[in-house]
Amino acid sequence: MGSADWEAVIGLEIHAQLATDSKIFCGAPTSFGDDPNVNIDPVTLGLPGTLPVLNRRAVELAIRLGLAVGCEIDRASRFARKHYFYPDLPKGYQISQFEEPICVGGRITCDVDGVEKTFRLTRIHLEEDAGKNVHDPKSGRSHIDLNRAGTPLVEIVGEPDLRSPADAVAYMKAVHQIVVALGVSDGNMEQGNFRCDANVSVRRRGDTAFNTRTEIKNVNSFRFVGRALEYEIARQIALVEEGGEVVQETRGWDDDAGVTRSQRGKEEAHDYRYFPDPDLMVVQVDEALVEAIRADLPELPRDRRLRFERDFGLSTYDADVLTQSAARADYFEGVAGAVKDPKLAANWIMGELLATLNREGQDIESTPITAAALAELIALIEAKTISSKMAKGCFAAMVSDGVSAKDWVAKHGGQITDEGAIRDAVEAVLDANAPQVAEYLSGKDKVIGYLVGQVMRQTRGKANPQQVNAALRKSLEARR
Amino acid sequence: MNPFATAGELLAALESGDVTAVALTEAALARARAGAELGAWLHLAEDEALARAADVDRRRAAGEPLGALAGVPVGVKDQIVTRGIPTTAGSKMLAGWVPPYDATVVERLRAADAVVIGKLNQDEFAMGSSNERSAFGVVKNPWDTSRIPGGSSGGSAAAVAAGHVPLALGTDTGGSIRQPASLCGVVGLKPTYGRVSRYGAIAFASSLDQIGPFGRTVADVARLLGVLAGPDPRDSTALTSPVPDYLAALGGDLAGLRVGVPEEYFVGGMEAAVEAAVRAALTQLEGLGATLVPLSLPHTKYAVATYYILATAEASSNLARYDGVRFGHRTRDRVSDIADLYAKSRAEGFGDEVKRRIILGTYALSSGYYDAYYLKAQKVRTLLRRDFEAAFARCDVLATPVSPVTAIGLGERVDDPLQMYLMDIFTIPSSLAGNTSVSVPCGFDGGGLPIGLQLIGPPLGEERVLRVAHAYEQATEWHRRHPATNEEVG
Amino acid sequence: MEIDIRHVARLARLDLDDAEAERLAAQLGQILDYVAQLDALDTSDVPPTTHVLPVSTPWREDEATARLDREEALAAAPEHDGQAFTVPKVV
Repeated sequence: MGSADWEAVIGLEIHAQLATDSKIFCGAPTSFGDDPNVNIDPVTLGLPGTLPVLNRRAVELAIRLGLAVGCEIDRASRFARKHYFYPDLPKGYQISQFEEPICVGGRITCDVDGVEKTFRLTRIHLEEDAGKNVHDPKSGRSHIDLNRAGTPLVEIVGEPDLRSPADAVAYMKAVHQIVVALGVSDGNMEQGNFRCDANVSVRRRGDTAFNTRTEIKNVNSFRFVGRALEYEIARQIALVEEGGEVVQETRGWDDDAGVTRSQRGKEEAHDYRYFPDPDLMVVQVDEALVEAIRADLPELPRDRRLRFERDFGLSTYDADVLTQSAARADYFEGVAGAVKDPKLAANWIMGELLATLNREGQDIESTPITAAALAELIALIEAKTISSKMAKGCFAAMVSDGVSAKDWVAKHGGQITDEGAIRDAVEAVLDANAPQVAEYLSGKDKVIGYLVGQVMRQTRGKANPQQVNAALRKSLEARR
Repeated sequence: MNPFATAGELLAALESGDVTAVALTEAALARARAGAELGAWLHLAEDEALARAADVDRRRAAGEPLGALAGVPVGVKDQIVTRGIPTTAGSKMLAGWVPPYDATVVERLRAADAVVIGKLNQDEFAMGSSNERSAFGVVKNPWDTSRIPGGSSGGSAAAVAAGHVPLALGTDTGGSIRQPASLCGVVGLKPTYGRVSRYGAIAFASSLDQIGPFGRTVADVARLLGVLAGPDPRDSTALTSPVPDYLAALGGDLAGLRVGVPEEYFVGGMEAAVEAAVRAALTQLEGLGATLVPLSLPHTKYAVATYYILATAEASSNLARYDGVRFGHRTRDRVSDIADLYAKSRAEGFGDEVKRRIILGTYALSSGYYDAYYLKAQKVRTLLRRDFEAAFARCDVLATPVSPVTAIGLGERVDDPLQMYLMDIFTIPSSLAGNTSVSVPCGFDGGGLPIGLQLIGPPLGEERVLRVAHAYEQATEWHRRHPATNEEVG
Repeated sequence: MEIDIRHVARLARLDLDDAEAERLAAQLGQILDYVAQLDALDTSDVPPTTHVLPVSTPWREDEATARLDREEALAAAPEHDGQAFTVPKVV
C-alpha cells in the first residue's frame, strides 16, 4: 500500500448466480455453455405482452443466504424496474430490488493474515441477469445471446469496511465459500456465475469522511481483485498527493498491463428511473418459511473449521484444507469419528487420499476409498496390526486392486511385533554384516540405518520399525 | 343471417343446424371486406378462420363436445397478441410482427371454439380516445363516417356496431373500451383490474390495463366475459378468485338496488343531449325499482392529472423494449452507435402521441421528479380509491355518463392533447380505483349519435353491473337500433 | 413550466427534430401545468397505491418448462446471424 498517512476504503458488490433450474421470472432453463439463444422463451426475450412470474427457489435461496450471514429478512420486499438501454437487456429495464430488498444488514467474518475480522453487509437483493454481447471484429457487429438473460442473481452489497486489498480478497473468498457451501450458487467464476465490482477511495488516516470513489467493474478472480485494488489505491494516492482530484468513474482492470483504465464513455451517468414494478406485487414471506429455511441451514465452512480446530485439535492450516468443501469435511468427520487419532486421519486424507484423488481424477464423494474404508486402514495402524510403512503399501493396493484393508492384511499378514521373531531376524542380519557391526561399535552411529533396512528386507518389510531399531541397538551392544 | 344477430342467437342457430360455422365466418369476412372504408380491420385471417370454422362444424356433426362460443365469429384488438397472425398494436414499430405465442385470452377463445376472423384497428399502443392515432389509418364511426368511433378500441367498437362480428375484444386502460362503446352504441365492459389475464396484452400501463368484451347486448358481453375471465399463472396480477356464471346472473328487476349518482360527474361541460339521456336512464332505473342515492366522489377532479402521470410513466417503461434489436422496426439509416440505432428506430416507429406520452412518463420518473410526480400521483390514487370505497358503502352501483360528448368529427381535436385527455374524465377514475365498469347504450343525440350510460361496480362486481345493465337494456329499445349497413345505404 | 426536452428525449432514446422538440416542450409544459393541481392535495399521511388489490405476488415452482424455438425467435429479428441477434458494434 501507499504511504502510511493514507488509508484505503473499499466496499465490494458481488453478484452470484443462483443455483436454480429455471430463470427468476420465467420457466426458461438456466444452464451454461449451450448454443446461443436456446435457453429462451417469450418472457426472456421481452416480447410484447409478456409478464414476469417469480421463481420460488430464487426467493428461498436468497433467504437461505441472508439467514446464514445474519441479515434481517424483509417479510414484504418489492421488485423495482431499473431502466437503461443496452442490447443485452431485452426489456430496456432490469427487474431488481431498490428501496425494499429482501435481506438487510448481515456480516461476513473471515481471517485476514491470521487475524479474525468481521465486515458488515449493507444488503442482499434479488435481480435478473442480462444477456451477453459478443463483439465480432470481423463483421463489425455485436452478437446478442440471451441465454443468460433472466437468470436469477443475488447482489451482495458490503459496507465500505474493507481497508486493504488483503481484506478485500479475504472477504471475497469468504463470500464465495459461503454461497458455494450453502448451495446458493455454484460460484463458478470462469463461467461468470460469481462477479465482483470494487468501490475504492482513499483518505488520510484518522479522517472519517468518505472521499470520491471509483468503481472497478468485473474483477472476477481473487487474484485480480487484489492486484486491481493495489494498483488503484496507489494510483489514487499518487494523484491526490500531486494535487489532483479523484474522478468518480467506472474503471476496468487490465491484468496484462497491470493497470485500471477509465471506462467513462460519452454517455452521462445513468438515471435509472427506479419505480416499483407494477407487474409484480409485494414478495410476502411468512414466518413458517423463514423458520423452515433457518432449520435447514448447514454449518458454515468457517464455523466448521473453527470447530475442527477446537474439537479435533487440528491446526488452522489443516482444518482449512479439510473444510475446503462440505464433502471433504464430511469425509474427515466420517473417518475421525471411527478412529482414535484425528490428526492421523487428517494426515492420511491431506496426504495419500488427496494425492490419489488428484492422480486418478476422482472426487471425494465418489471415490472407492470411502471414509469407512480409510478408517478401517487407520484403525489397523492404531492397533499396531500394521506399521505406517506397510499401510502405505496397503493403501496403494486398495486404490489399484480395490481390496479392503482387512483383506490385504489377511493376505499379506500383519506387521511382525513378536520380539522373538524380530530378535532372530536382527541376529541373522548382524551375523551376515560383520563389517557394519564393527563400524557401529567403533562409533559410526549412522550405519544403523543400513542395518534397519537389512532387517526390513529380511522380514519383507513387515517388522515394526521401532521395535527393529530397539532390538538392533540391544543386539549390537551385546556384541560390543 | 341477420348481421346484427347476437352471439346468443347465432349459437342457437348453429346448434339447431340452421346455419354452419363456415357460413357465419364467410359472412363475417364478407361484411368486414365490404365495410373496409370504416378502417376497423387491420388484418383478416381468412384461411385460419375458415379452417377453424370447418373444424367446429365437423366436430359438431360428429357429436363431439364444443366450447361455449363454438362457431361464433370474433374480432381481436391488435393490442392483443395472436400466434401466427400479424399483431401491430396499431403501430409502425410492430408492422409485420408475427407473434410466436398467443395471449391467454386468445387461448381461451380458441378453447371455447370461437372463430377469430381478424385483428382490429386501434390507437397506437392503446394511447388515444378517437382512433385517429393508428399508424394504419383512422377508424370511422359506423353511425356517421365523418366522425370518430372513440378509442383506443375504435376498431373493436365499430366492427361490432356495424355488424361485422357480434363479439370483439378490446383493452381498457382509462376508458378505451367504455368510451368507444358509448360512441358506437354497443356494450363494452372493463373488468375489475386482474379479473382477466393480461398475459399477451401488449402493455401500455401495467397497473391499469384490462382486456374486456364488446357486444351488442349485455348478455353477449356476459357470455364473452365468462370465457375470458379467470386466474392465470402467467400473470402475477391476475386474481385467483373463481369466475361466476355471468350469464346466469342476468335477470330480475332492480327492487332494492341503490344507484349512486356522483355529483362530480354532472357538472357543466357535458353536451346537453348526453346529460339528458343519462338522466332519463336514471329515471328508468328508478322505474325498475332502484333508489337513486346522490353522493360525492370528492377527488374526481384530480383523476385525469393522476392518470396522465401514472399511465405515461408506466408506458414509458413498458415501451422501452421497442428498440429494433430482437423484433420490430429498425432504422435503415446509417447509425453512429447503438444509442443512435435506438433513437432513430424509435423515432421512426412511434407516432406523435406515443412519443408525447413516453417523454412525459420518462420525465415523471426521472431523477429529482419521482417524488413530485409519480409518488404523488400514487398517493392521490389512494384518495380516489377511498372515494369509491366510501361510495360503495352507501350504494350498490354508480351510474354516470361515459363521455361528456357524443362522437366528434374526425380531425376536430387531434392537435390538442390536453383536450383529448379530458374526454376520458368519466372513465379514468374507476380505472384508477381498479373497479369494474360497463357502458350500455342509453340514447341518441339530435344527430343520431349514440350515448352510453356507465355503471360502475366495486372490485369483482361484474355480476352486479351486468345485471343492472341487462335490466336497463331489456326495458329499453336502444340495443335494437343499428347503423345503416352498406346494403341498406345501397 | 420549462422542461429540458433534449435531456428527456436522450433518456428515452427518442430522436426529435427541432420542430418536434419545440412542439413537445410546449405541449408538455401545458400538461404539467395542468398536473400541478395535485400539489394542492395534502397527501402527507396517505400511502401510495402500488397495486389496487392488496395481494402478494404469486411464486412459481422452479421448473424449466418454457422454451421458444431459436429459429422462430430469430425470424422476427431485423438482423441476425442464424444464432444470435446482431446489432452494430456496441463499444
